[in-house]
Amino acid sequence: MTTYIGTATSRIDGHAKVTGTAKYAAEFNAPHLAHASVVGSTIARGRIARIDTSRARSVPGVLAVLTHQNRPPMASDDSAYKDDVAPEGAPFRPLYNDRILFSDQPVALVVAEEPEIARLAASLVRVEYHVDLHVTDVHRQRHSTFALEPVERLDDNPFAPPPPRGQPEHSLASADMRHRAEYFVPIEHHNPMELYASTVVFEDEGRLTIYDKTQGVQNVQRYVASVFELDPSHVRVMSPFVGGAFGSGLRPQYQVVLAVLASLSLKRSVRLVLTRQQMYGLGYRPAMLQEIELGINAHGALAAITHEATTVTSQHENYYRQETGWSGLLYRSEHARYAHKLARLDLATSCDMRAPSAATAVYALECAMDELAVALKLDPLELRLRCYSERDQHNDRPYSSKGLRDCYRRGAEAFGWSERSPEPRSMRDGTELVGWGMATGVWEALQVPIAVRIALTANGHAEIACATSDIGTGTYTIMAQVAADMLGLPLDNITVRIGDSTLPQSPVEGGSWIAASVSNGIATTAQAIRAELLHLAKAVPGSPLRDLAPDDVVLLDGRLVSKRDAAHAVSIADVMRHGGVDRIEQEKTASFHHTGAHSHNTHSAVFAEVKVDEQIGIIRVTRVVSAVAGGRILNAKTARSQIMGGVVWGIGMALHEETLIDHTFGRIMNADIAEYHVPVNADVHDIEVIFVDEPDGIVNPLGIKGLGEIGIVGVAAAIANAVHHATGKRVRDLPITLDKLQR
Amino acid sequence: MIGFQYSRAQDVADAVRQIAAEPSAKFIAGGTNLIDLMKQDVERPSRLIDISRLPLRSVEETASGGLRIGALVPNADLAYHPLIAQRYPMLASSILAGASAQLRNMASTGGNLLQRTRCYYFYDTATPCNKRVPGSGCSAIAGLNRMHAILGTSESCIATHPSDMCVALVALDATVHVAGPAGARVIAFADFHRLPGDEPQRDTTLQDGEIVTAVELPERGFSAHYTYLKIRDRLSYAFALVSVAAGLELEGDRIKDARLALGGVAHKPWRDPTAETALRGQPASQATFASAATILLRDAKGYEHNRFKIDLARRAIVRALTQAAAGTPQLQSSKKIA
Repeated sequence: MTTYIGTATSRIDGHAKVTGTAKYAAEFNAPHLAHASVVGSTIARGRIARIDTSRARSVPGVLAVLTHQNRPPMASDDSAYKDDVAPEGAPFRPLYNDRILFSDQPVALVVAEEPEIARLAASLVRVEYHVDLHVTDVHRQRHSTFALEPVERLDDNPFAPPPPRGQPEHSLASADMRHRAEYFVPIEHHNPMELYASTVVFEDEGRLTIYDKTQGVQNVQRYVASVFELDPSHVRVMSPFVGGAFGSGLRPQYQVVLAVLASLSLKRSVRLVLTRQQMYGLGYRPAMLQEIELGINAHGALAAITHEATTVTSQHENYYRQETGWSGLLYRSEHARYAHKLARLDLATSCDMRAPSAATAVYALECAMDELAVALKLDPLELRLRCYSERDQHNDRPYSSKGLRDCYRRGAEAFGWSERSPEPRSMRDGTELVGWGMATGVWEALQVPIAVRIALTANGHAEIACATSDIGTGTYTIMAQVAADMLGLPLDNITVRIGDSTLPQSPVEGGSWIAASVSNGIATTAQAIRAELLHLAKAVPGSPLRDLAPDDVVLLDGRLVSKRDAAHAVSIADVMRHGGVDRIEQEKTASFHHTGAHSHNTHSAVFAEVKVDEQIGIIRVTRVVSAVAGGRILNAKTARSQIMGGVVWGIGMALHEETLIDHTFGRIMNADIAEYHVPVNADVHDIEVIFVDEPDGIVNPLGIKGLGEIGIVGVAAAIANAVHHATGKRVRDLPITLDKLQR
Repeated sequence: MIGFQYSRAQDVADAVRQIAAEPSAKFIAGGTNLIDLMKQDVERPSRLIDISRLPLRSVEETASGGLRIGALVPNADLAYHPLIAQRYPMLASSILAGASAQLRNMASTGGNLLQRTRCYYFYDTATPCNKRVPGSGCSAIAGLNRMHAILGTSESCIATHPSDMCVALVALDATVHVAGPAGARVIAFADFHRLPGDEPQRDTTLQDGEIVTAVELPERGFSAHYTYLKIRDRLSYAFALVSVAAGLELEGDRIKDARLALGGVAHKPWRDPTAETALRGQPASQATFASAATILLRDAKGYEHNRFKIDLARRAIVRALTQAAAGTPQLQSSKKIA
């Protein structure tokens, strides 16, 4: 029964958040808490020659200045620093040795009685370097890259370039029309509102309770225990609330290492909060250069596609995701070739950021498709429908469900796409040129093994526990909704506990996989609860349920009810009282058996209207319609918020966002949210979100696909295509700032 | 951020006395820029002399028909002051084009004049900057200079002055009242900020120990034909790529008098009398506006990333003068260009 699933339920943690009782990593206190401040390197590559900490140490209230020379011991093998989602390579080790791998890398940590004292003393640490030449410009490195090997089967490495198909070069040569272009997206940073912070509480026998900003408490727990060679049972990591992370918190960040170092060194509780500027020394969305070539036949079918990508990683790790293969999911093409190269720069390692690779690669693909449609004088939506792929061509299999046609249809209707005048510069509103553009979005419907514990008490309350995180997406709320429905209880009777490493196993929250995974986990554990209740119920003399199997009963309104005859029911309270139990507890792991028969994906169609002042070039995104096929929608309200957030971010990607690096110094120069531009309220106008009906009994029992990433995919392309339609100018390097329209 | 002493000034004379006794001290009023600079170790004052309680918060009419604005009048109060809104709407508009509502609530009139450039290199102590460390070099000239100046630059500095309010004030012929160890004096607004030359560390012509006490507006406010047009990289809360304050006095379709000042293009709010002269007596036409723009930009010089500003400034000047002539000033609530 679904009383809550699918409804627009307000966040169960909303009250705590707006009243300030929801505590974040930097808000937990401990007796005798010390405060730390990081000293960052001023060079991008080289070695530390000398560190003079004497002035810093002489400041009253300073407890310690830690450097690579005087820190407590840390593990010496790379393997010890490999967190659950580390890419291949040698992970960065904070304060480990004298090597400088990127600018603003921590080189010293000041610990003091007060945060202001720590910050003052940090400004007094003097560091001399042996400077090596650095490279931070992807354009300069584009011919000094290394190629990733394509795989025979994507299941072997889903991030590698997919296997080629047919004879793309030959097919392109004989195509009736070809389009080839290069697209560029700069480095972007996540900029979550909450700063990265760790509060390490030093307890008896050296036990540590760490309040950390992270998307995976158990990942951090294993990592900290490994790096410091601690008994894992002595390390507990908590992250009950996270003020946005967007992928930046999938891997443990350096502040948790430094805070633990300080705590172990001083045998004292320590808090470290990074500054906004230091947030730019963490991971980022890799810059990407993409060359796409499309060939098309006279009847408007794709003959071939080649997609070559270059993305950015550090000198010490190889971060990459599936960059080139998205067209193989969206567009039918017998001939295809994919290539992906990595450029090493003297920066921190790039990392996942909302819809990693899809946001950037689909931007390039969908702009290329638009350019092809313009060249063919074909409606861009019509081109997509002609090229529509019913199968995942990399794995040659159908989809568990694919509601993309409905997205196109309903999105176009809501937007009024049929009123579009095809010629660029043909629509205007006074002094503004009007442009309508569209694009497709695609993401994966992933799911991961996860354990959920449910404790049901005789008073009809249930506690749901899992070590997953809510990074602001609404996980608390959808967990409560699913549990309420599965246990037949009112929402108010459900308590959700997450963000604690001692709770049942959960992977990091990312990839849009938690909603589907944890919901099915709750359902699985709820089945065990139901079975146990039925077992007790059968012992009740004269039980109307005595001949029924677990699948013959449901939990509904606080009762165990026969599916065959709703009059046959007993109340949970009676069953438990009679059985002499006041608490039933079950913990089960949900696993997902991917048979390989189907591909699991979410899709979207994004339609955007821009108005561009013809004289000045100011671009306003006046309307966006995003129609999403994301399987079963758990919460109409938080789901809409997710998609709206993605659309807003897509506006920023299209028009505003760019991490500016001075390549002479190898430093990020706009490292604050005044100069790193994201959309402000004035930049955001009407956003309409549509969820198309997409039942899916294959992807998982509850038919859930996840919505965290899909909202941003395609948005930048739809806007870029709208800008072209408005102005006739094709800007292929994001962000589309007004100067680029004047080129 | 360094440790600092804190004291309150009892009155203007006390403020002047305190800063004269401790030249490494700084005045603090709203703190919207100074605190950021202190956190970044760009400003390292030994003492903050809090002037926020001084009685400099009134807007008064002057005998000559103008207005005298106390240095501590918050930007928000000034923008919404009825006399400003009625008689100097260009000034109100320029204030509302800047920062955010929260910042405007805190920022003071005097502080707005004294805010420092937002040049990236000025803020990053790991890079050379002549404005921050005289003689260390200018990193912007061969670096990231998209936001930087195209007029009045020097080999030492190509930073811009970030204020919107000051662009309107220079266009309106305001004066700055200051007090100092040598007594009070009045500085014409156009002379208050300076070009970088070989001393880019000096933003203004204030002498050591001087404090801004008021800004005075003369009677003429160009309230019938004015605009403040700000062009930026997002629709709010960003510094100007180019901004234009324009005021016209028309006789029929002929320009009797004109004011024209630019922001985001120079080390100071840029006003050029020759461009205004070129407007006077001419028909209020696109050709007239374009020729004034050409004159104003005659010495403009672009750098690697900001060359576009020259043409953008030309377009913005023409558009702003068109808005002013038509009596359709740019609204700051609507981001559609009027």
